[in-house]
Amino acid sequence: MNALAAMFMRDIRLAVRVGGGGGIGVLFFLIVVVLMPFAIGPDMALLGRIGPAILWLGALLASLLTLERLFAADHEDGSLDLILMSDTPLELAVAAKALAHWLTTGLPLVIAVPLLGLFMNLDGHASAAVALTLLAGTPALTFIGLIGAALSVALRRGGLLLAVLVLPLTIPVLVFGVSASNAAIVGPLPFGTPFTILCALTLTSVVIGIFAAAAALRHGME
Amino acid sequence: MALIDLANPSRFLALAERLLPYLIGLTVFALAAGLYLASGAPDDYQQGATVKIMFIHVPSAWLSMLVWGVMSVAALGTLVWRHPLADVAAKAAAPIGAAFTLICLVTGSLWGRPMWGTYWVWDARLTSVLVLFLMYLGVIALWRTVDDPSRAGRAAAILTLVGAINIPIIKWSVDWWNTLHQPASVVKLGGPAIHPTILVPLLTMAVAFALLFFTLHVAAMRNEILRRRVRSLMLLKAQIAPGSEA
Repeated sequence: MNALAAMFMRDIRLAVRVGGGGGIGVLFFLIVVVLMPFAIGPDMALLGRIGPAILWLGALLASLLTLERLFAADHEDGSLDLILMSDTPLELAVAAKALAHWLTTGLPLVIAVPLLGLFMNLDGHASAAVALTLLAGTPALTFIGLIGAALSVALRRGGLLLAVLVLPLTIPVLVFGVSASNAAIVGPLPFGTPFTILCALTLTSVVIGIFAAAAALRHGME
Repeated sequence: MALIDLANPSRFLALAERLLPYLIGLTVFALAAGLYLASGAPDDYQQGATVKIMFIHVPSAWLSMLVWGVMSVAALGTLVWRHPLADVAAKAAAPIGAAFTLICLVTGSLWGRPMWGTYWVWDARLTSVLVLFLMYLGVIALWRTVDDPSRAGRAAAILTLVGAINIPIIKWSVDWWNTLHQPASVVKLGGPAIHPTILVPLLTMAVAFALLFFTLHVAAMRNEILRRRVRSLMLLKAQIAPGSEA
């Protein structure tokens, strides 16, 4: 347990200090959202209507961008081999790393939503809905992406492959995340239905992601 | 013959050589019979002759799902039983499955043009087949990125199994998404039941397509084994080439 806690704290420290990429994801999110009105036009009514979808897409792309470094840095300096050889179950170690990764890259996206919601002409209620769905949904993105990161860790051009592998698997999260946000803002669906399904997707992907990523690391590194 | 006997690639190659002529003959016969029956099937009272596209479209849709099933079984073979031919089977199946999925998409959109007035609608079925196609391409991309075949095999096996768990979830969420966005925009095919004059040719074509897959799969597995032999011979040759030890 101590080893896990130490690894968790180490990952968090590495991410927040100089050289960690935690902040870049939020910056990317901001830029994607800022670019959208240039493509769509400054129609505030239209932006308000598709705002939740844009925020969700931006968060999806931003979380994808940071995934590549999840195992790559550890692979480069050899600490991934130590993690593989240690007595700690690899599944738990992978889970600790993913949790630290979500705290440093996923959670900032959620925190940025109220600000970005202003750009998208969302009122406070709508921003809160999007932030809540992202809070429930971004762990799913991280844990699904974990599989792709583990599969592509030892590859050249791994980042591009990671996106190709992971994006189709995130479709359900996107569908239910956006429809839960829209349900809260315009209805007619009750918010609870898509939101609980979104939570279920997150829990499922935590289970699948941890075991699949551990298996991929074991097979990929030997 | 037990499955484990085929672990020896030479034995598999011998079996494939013996089986392939019969398989090819059977496939040609079944395809001919299916096409003949399909050409004799009556036209739909609404859709006219375009309903014949169904005899290609529906079997390839079924096959696109069946092939992922075959790949998932092969993936279990790779990860659980470490069967040496399992990753060969998985690798050989992926492009064939992608081809069937593409045929399904193309025939579907050709059928959609006269029926719906457009080549593409974001209908739930079309969309989930498109996602399936993208996942096939992802698996193929993974195969082509890792240069060591056995490592690529295990990575692709994990991805295939994750896909097998996720495909029903994706299919279901696309259905949900579609009913939310586009209520009942697509004309439902046929009536409450399919008439035997349509059903018999359809099932014949499905059997023919399954035989076609099986034949192509055995042939592709044979080619893959030979390709790997060539690869190891080339590696061996490069190792003992003059000047390499100097």
